[in-house]
Amino acid sequence: MQWDFQSLLNNWRALLTGLTGTLSLAVVCILAAALIGLVVGAGRYSRRGFARWPATAFVEFFRNTPVLVLIIWFYFAFPILTGQKLSAFTAAAIAISLNGGAFAAEIFRGGMQSLARGQWDAARAIGMNYPQLMRRVILPQAIKRMLPAFTNRAIEILKTTAIASIVAYYELLHSARVIAAADFNPIEAYTAVAIIFFALVYPLTIVARSVERRLRVSE
Amino acid sequence: MQPILSIRDLHKSFGALEVIKGVDLDVMKGEAIAILGASGSGKSTLLRCVNLLEQPSRGTIALGGQTIGADRGNGLRHYSGADLVAVRKRVGMVFQQFNLFPHMTALQNVIEGPVTVKGRPRAEAEALGRKLLDKVGLSEKADVYPARLSGGQQQRVAIARALAMEPDVMLFDEATSALDPELVGEVLRAIRQLAEEGMTMLIVTHELGFAYHVADRVIFLHQGLIHEQGSPQEVLVAPREARTREFLEGHGQFRLPDRAP
Repeated sequence: MQWDFQSLLNNWRALLTGLTGTLSLAVVCILAAALIGLVVGAGRYSRRGFARWPATAFVEFFRNTPVLVLIIWFYFAFPILTGQKLSAFTAAAIAISLNGGAFAAEIFRGGMQSLARGQWDAARAIGMNYPQLMRRVILPQAIKRMLPAFTNRAIEILKTTAIASIVAYYELLHSARVIAAADFNPIEAYTAVAIIFFALVYPLTIVARSVERRLRVSE
Repeated sequence: MQPILSIRDLHKSFGALEVIKGVDLDVMKGEAIAILGASGSGKSTLLRCVNLLEQPSRGTIALGGQTIGADRGNGLRHYSGADLVAVRKRVGMVFQQFNLFPHMTALQNVIEGPVTVKGRPRAEAEALGRKLLDKVGLSEKADVYPARLSGGQQQRVAIARALAMEPDVMLFDEATSALDPELVGEVLRAIRQLAEEGMTMLIVTHELGFAYHVADRVIFLHQGLIHEQGSPQEVLVAPREARTREFLEGHGQFRLPDRAP
């Protein structure tokens, strides 16, 4: 068979729109997942039941639900339940953020748990209140420890955004589908998407690995 | 004269386990009190109750004549976040494991309390911090991170960190127990210097010789109660209670002989 990438070059605008869609969805989801992870992770770590139980339920539910199902639920079921229609972007962003946030929460909790109890004692003993000890003592150490795991989670989220094409959100995979349908070149279109994803993700994994190595050295 | 720290009928339970079973203790300003006892006697818990790292199950703690917390009416007390902070600003603590903040230099560790908790200007706090590091003999280590310090140096930084809050009372929770033997002396010297300067201190320790030479009063804690107390001479040399004697003998067998045979 003959590979013909010419039609892709002719459709570079569609691919660029797809790339923009992928990146903007990924950035929003990564930030939201970090925020959710911080709040829920703190809840998971709390000794108080009223904070811990809802956080635990959140983590278990959203870690154990397929993102594909969540996206479809928010896009098709949520509007029927609430009368509030969500755009493909919003539905996908919520679903991926909730799932990513559940994983991020476990990363945050692990990072905080890896700190010796003595750090909390020492911070309290000089009179710090909870926000102060979190901001000055616990988080700076915990975040450093969880950076490698969180980078890997961000990479997962970037890859997961492709699922948003199921609700016709215009990201890379969807743009490939549009091009393939118009020019009858699915092999080239989907190959290009795979290569673009690889080109995006691979440098990130290299960065993640070097961050991990540097942190291990400084320990 | 009114005691600076006054503990009344202090109880502390963890679940069904009662660790402190009714301790009364008055500490006068400038007094150095050594607290001895076997492991599990409640020494650390007693100390941690004083700065409310553990909240007492029952009883009261008064600092400078002021009882901490609010009476709930049923014999229990409620300690608000503001109560905890207010007490800890006035009561410094030094831990067995040092617990320095590893992401901060020695000086940053020392000024963290004054700057973050007391809101003092950084320059002023740094001047104080350098003075305190100098006092514990570590002025040249101000910009070094804890990982690069020996255990004895870390513990002296921890002492400076506690002093930086300008506390009325200092608590030492087995401050030398985690140290290699050759590093114990430098930490004990720092504590002793504080005692000589008139700092009010509660010192949980296994160093009987140190207690003998430095403490104004020695308390022997047994099963959550003050079993015996008095001057170092009374408690360490001529104890009245059998338990105290037993404890001292248990420690004595590891003492070096006075003279090589």
